[in-house]
Amino acid sequence: MTFDLHIWPEGSEWWVVTAAALACAACAVIGTFLVLRRLSLLGDAISHAILPGIAMAFILSGSRDVWPMLLGALAAGLATAGLTAGIQRVARLGSDASLGVVFSSLFAFGVLLITWVADRVDLDPGCVLYGQIEFVPLDTTTVLGIDIPRAVLWLSMILVADLLFVIVLFKELRLSSFDPAMSTAMGFGAGVIHYLLMTFVAATCVAAFESVGSILVVAMLVAPGATAHLLTDRLSSTLVLAAFLGVTAAFLGFLGAKWFDTSVAGVISVAAGVQFLTAALLAPRHGIVTRWVRRGLLAIRIAREDELAALYRQHEASPEPSATLTVLPPSTLRQRLARRLLRLDQSVRRINGGLSLTPAGLEQGAAIVRAHRLWETYLAQKTDLPLDHLHEASHRVEHFVSAELAKRLSKAVQATQDPHGRPIPPV
Amino acid sequence: MSHAMVDAATTPVGARIAIELHDVCVAYDRKPVLWDVDASLPAGQLIAIVGPNGGGKSTLLKSILGLVRIASGSISVFGKPVRDVRRLIGYVPQRESVDWDFPVNVADVVLMGRYGRLGWLRRPGREDRRIAAECLDMVGMTSFASRQIGQLSGGQQQRVFLARALAQESTLYLMDEPFAGVDAATEAAMVEVLRTLRNAGKTVIVVHHDLQSVQAYFDHVLLLNQRQIAAGPVREVFTSSNLQKTYGGRLTLMDEAAQALRLSDQPHGRPR
Amino acid sequence: MNDLDLLRLITLQDSTTRTVLLGTGTLGLVSGVVGAFAMLRRRGLVADAVAHAALPGICVAFLIVGSRQFGSLLLGALVFGALAAWAITLIRGATRVKEDAAIGIVIGAFFGLGIAMSGVIQRSPGGNKAGLDGFIFGKAASMVRDDALLIAGVCAGVLLIVVLLYKELKLLCFDEDFGASQGWPTLRLDLLLMLLVCVCTVAGLPAVGVVLMVALLIIPPAAARLWTNRLGPMVLLSGLIGGASGLAGTAMSAVLPAPGTRGWPTGPLIVLCAACVFVVSLLLGKARGVIPGWLGRRRIERTA
Repeated sequence: MTFDLHIWPEGSEWWVVTAAALACAACAVIGTFLVLRRLSLLGDAISHAILPGIAMAFILSGSRDVWPMLLGALAAGLATAGLTAGIQRVARLGSDASLGVVFSSLFAFGVLLITWVADRVDLDPGCVLYGQIEFVPLDTTTVLGIDIPRAVLWLSMILVADLLFVIVLFKELRLSSFDPAMSTAMGFGAGVIHYLLMTFVAATCVAAFESVGSILVVAMLVAPGATAHLLTDRLSSTLVLAAFLGVTAAFLGFLGAKWFDTSVAGVISVAAGVQFLTAALLAPRHGIVTRWVRRGLLAIRIAREDELAALYRQHEASPEPSATLTVLPPSTLRQRLARRLLRLDQSVRRINGGLSLTPAGLEQGAAIVRAHRLWETYLAQKTDLPLDHLHEASHRVEHFVSAELAKRLSKAVQATQDPHGRPIPPV
Repeated sequence: MSHAMVDAATTPVGARIAIELHDVCVAYDRKPVLWDVDASLPAGQLIAIVGPNGGGKSTLLKSILGLVRIASGSISVFGKPVRDVRRLIGYVPQRESVDWDFPVNVADVVLMGRYGRLGWLRRPGREDRRIAAECLDMVGMTSFASRQIGQLSGGQQQRVFLARALAQESTLYLMDEPFAGVDAATEAAMVEVLRTLRNAGKTVIVVHHDLQSVQAYFDHVLLLNQRQIAAGPVREVFTSSNLQKTYGGRLTLMDEAAQALRLSDQPHGRPR
Repeated sequence: MNDLDLLRLITLQDSTTRTVLLGTGTLGLVSGVVGAFAMLRRRGLVADAVAHAALPGICVAFLIVGSRQFGSLLLGALVFGALAAWAITLIRGATRVKEDAAIGIVIGAFFGLGIAMSGVIQRSPGGNKAGLDGFIFGKAASMVRDDALLIAGVCAGVLLIVVLLYKELKLLCFDEDFGASQGWPTLRLDLLLMLLVCVCTVAGLPAVGVVLMVALLIIPPAAARLWTNRLGPMVLLSGLIGGASGLAGTAMSAVLPAPGTRGWPTGPLIVLCAACVFVVSLLLGKARGVIPGWLGRRRIERTA
């Protein structure tokens, strides 16, 4: 099979991939904290609201220099966080409403400012939204004698800054994200950390937006962190995984964009979304499909154990080692499956037209019936439920009683018979 | 059924049954699990549901209302499934379930009690407003009618919610901790209202957390802690031995079994 | 020249302006009304996701129909908007990811998809560049009479539903549990509210665009909330603020001297008008404004 490698990056396209990967990694790392602090939409808001900051900086300084724009955007980003909190407190509006009011107003203002100066600067609202990553290699600067694109330089710097911030303040960030009140009580002001984090978010947005556009910034601030959150339970591994997912999405997005000949930023966002979808469906612990399969397996296990217990009770009535047990034909698919399983794992075997428990099956059946009767006895002792109400509850629990729990139940009830006078099978 | 007969013996002859709980088990994510509640709550009485925090009191109330799905068993209200008799039930939810910043005033909130009777599309009319005003008067909150609901104190809010339940003109009232965060005077006034309801033949079921006042306020009690400890007339059931069982700590083995059931949804939940 | 324009605008002589004013005015009014319920139910930002998700819907509709037929583009937008709202609910309910992140993911993925698809369409033969770009920032000026009538008709339908179900929506937003205990189908009412939000959002796309549509659903109710503590007046006021902003923004874009070749975009002007109303309300609002609150506190201090 020959594979057409025309979508593989070549020459200066590697710079595009590098810029995208750097931007995605930086956004993913800082964004993970936004996701965990339930501030994802503040990242979204900031990435929109930096537009007027950039436009103002341009109008005041009259140039497209980096520093005024960076400062303007930082100011706008922090203003978003501050104004949102202020409106929330003063007007007692919900956080989502305050956020919506602030960022949409600021963005509208920014679009108007840009329209105003449109003839003097090449900065149209469209390229703020989806960026111009395709043009990254054209704008280069010389560092240590090597020509590298300006965007790559900036993005590397911001990635390093973000990583330093996260590594140096890891303990404080973790505590204040998990329990802000306690963090403040211990002397790490949650407010200070919040605004520090917002500063880094704004700086990351600024560095990233020019090359990759604000929509990719939104996608990358939220999606990799959320995906990683589905896949792991520790903060450090979440951060590493988020960065990895960001870089992967950048690379896959680039290939996809080249395949379809369309916007790189757009396809990278989609790739991040697909990563999330995949994790949401298939994550080993929390995936939707995974849980669904697990439930199905559980249902089959319960059906199998119910069959086994029923056979054991019959065996109890006439305890000869290889007696033929008569069973009704299976009534449901689940039951049929359960019988098939029992024969496959050699818990029962067929003997002249009926079934018989093998020693292994006998042992397992005894364990289930033992759990059932222990639980009935326990309920009877601890509640004043009448006898005819014990069975149903026990029937549910019997499948979940571990050997350990059974031992402790047995110790607690101190009985050899259940409340109905039937023997509790010994271990 | 033998169990029903036991109950019939302990309740006054001829009393109707308001709520029949039959082998009710409730299990939901991370919330307390109720094992096997089985009781008949008589009509025309003041009934308390008592037990420690996390013992499943609110959960039971919500399952009676059909707001929480029960895992097994059955519940009937006046002999019918809840959905057929909703219009007969008045409900006072816990305070946290409400958005206190919502732009409604006290009169609006009480008027909401009439919505169930109005049904789709119809607007509350003059008669509904009159009834709402009467109910507001019964709880002594008429002078606050035009205040925004969030501007009241906790006790005043509870009184307004009681008035809203009254405006439903129900025969059965379910109240989730109506006395929480209420000062003593308000509590006394609210109890007076509950007694008036009872004397008018209504059934009032209250989730209650104050053991001191159970005997003074209520006729019938259901003691709950994960499972039903006892149910019956207060003078018979509200004994120190039953209370000890109710508050004597959780049964660790029962907790562990509940944990195992819940873990069954997790990958590493040990299968036996 | 400019005075003449103003005169023509005020006397509504210009049929184009009249058309656009009809569209943006009704749109602002109805978004304000529906937005009031959405905001109180804390679904304001779901509308943002719905709006962004409309872009791929428009692209898909364009690819299927093959032309810029207004109605079918909006239908595509509506389907994708509803899909986004559903996705958010699903993510929130079935995974450990919280609602804010769910909204962010949906915005990023759907809007990214829209941008990628519009890139494909623009490069394909017959993909007219001017066609789909208008939906991102809105292009009210290009609205024709049929478009405006469609928007006005859809908005009237939405308004009728809100008026008929006012009582039910109020109960849903205030105390869902109590509503359910009385037998109201709260889940279906919630879905209906989301559908109304979707319809409103989609109807607004041609005028204000996907990025700013959320502003029309959030800013007017937020401003109205500062003036009153009752739902009825708040909904009315919110509708009025929305409608007035729509009219004022449109008028300004028609009258103000344009700086460049492209002219002032209508959407951002409408949003800015609403934002100005919000700032005034924040200062002066009778119920929760800064100045009345300050005066009230001072009066209490004096009498004390």
